[in-house]
Amino acid sequence: MNWIDWLHTFFTAPARQSGPDSIVHRLAEHLAFTGESLLYAGLLAIPAGLLLGYTGRGAVLVTALTGVTRALPTLGLVTLVVLLAGVGESAVLIPLVVLAVPPLLVGAVEGVRGTDPDLRDAARGIGLTHPQVLFRVCLPAALPALLAGLRSATIQVIATATVAAYVGLGGLGRYVIDGLALRDYPAVAGGAVLVVLLALLTQLLFAGLLRYALPPGIRPRRTVN
Amino acid sequence: MPDDEPLVRWDWIGDHLGYLGGLTLDHAVMSLVPVLIGLLLALPLGLVCARFPRLYQPLAVVFNTLYALPALAVFMLLLPYTGPGNLSTVMIPLTFYALALLLPTTVEGIRSTPESVRQAAVALGYGPWRRLAAVELPSSVPYLVAGLRVAAVSSISMAAIGALIGRGALGYLFIDGFQRTFTTPILAGIVLVVALALLVDLVLVLARRVLAPWAIREQGAAL
Repeated sequence: MNWIDWLHTFFTAPARQSGPDSIVHRLAEHLAFTGESLLYAGLLAIPAGLLLGYTGRGAVLVTALTGVTRALPTLGLVTLVVLLAGVGESAVLIPLVVLAVPPLLVGAVEGVRGTDPDLRDAARGIGLTHPQVLFRVCLPAALPALLAGLRSATIQVIATATVAAYVGLGGLGRYVIDGLALRDYPAVAGGAVLVVLLALLTQLLFAGLLRYALPPGIRPRRTVN
Repeated sequence: MPDDEPLVRWDWIGDHLGYLGGLTLDHAVMSLVPVLIGLLLALPLGLVCARFPRLYQPLAVVFNTLYALPALAVFMLLLPYTGPGNLSTVMIPLTFYALALLLPTTVEGIRSTPESVRQAAVALGYGPWRRLAAVELPSSVPYLVAGLRVAAVSSISMAAIGALIGRGALGYLFIDGFQRTFTTPILAGIVLVVALALLVDLVLVLARRVLAPWAIREQGAAL
């Protein structure tokens, strides 16, 4: 058996066409976990990050937080949370949110803090209130950094959701984990390829967002050198 | 989890100190050797890229993409070639992740040498090689160390996922603890992984202080 055979076996099996173990269903699960945890993480991290960045407070806290979470082993976090809170989607979402918060927070803080101080002064000078400066000046200027943060958070969550299949979370990771347990190598191969494709598509999506979805004034310019 | 089971059973940790130490050592080798190899590859490749920006753009895209691939999936893709339980199944991808992080920092570091400094070296009669060794490499140390810190810490944390394919060193504690619904090994594993990462991080910060004493004042918190 080789890769081609494995992938052929995987993609043509009837169980992958419909039902709970089908590719469409597993992909939908994976995307749902990713979206849900990013939503919760965003609701926590982005307002906090904007505020911290605008007021210039909490730099040490943010640095320390990102350092420690980068070191946190995903698998350990997932198994611990499930043992403590019981198997269930909400339990598995906790580690995903924990991993998504730091990149989002850093993106928001760095983005706002990186706004040209002259620009902020000018905005204040023409009579804008602090909230107006934050939302009309700093927020658009912070968009590239925010998107970069969202990009690393999304990549982290996609990768972690794969690992979380070990404790019973659905999604594409199931093919890999179950396949390994059952020595069903076509499933392992197919799952791995699907996860890789999803990660690549995400990359592409964010590259497109950075190019086309930003206000014209802050779009990355082609650099001369 | 059984109700009478405490979160941490200190006696288990006391009884398994040698075992935990051995796993930590394994983990350090498994995760840090790839970072070293990644650095050895990134330095020459980075030099070439700094001289030829046309080459750098596509390489940067490739490595950026590689870095975004989930570790577990990459381990699985390698598995048919390396075999389960093989150390290289974990170490080869970790080397590429380290290279992906270190290549941009090397290029940035070498480009960071101010033009005036470079010209001063030329004026002093430094040839290209001597300039590289005495001026450009030292001035890129702060960048390299910043990249190494991220690479080492994420390598240590990612290596634990290798436990799912039979080679995870400290990551094995998570599998073991989960299968026995026993939180002590899991917590010990998390603490040891984070402690190892913080220790390596500290060593790198100290290394920068020794190798690039001028950088502390300038770059301080930024890098």
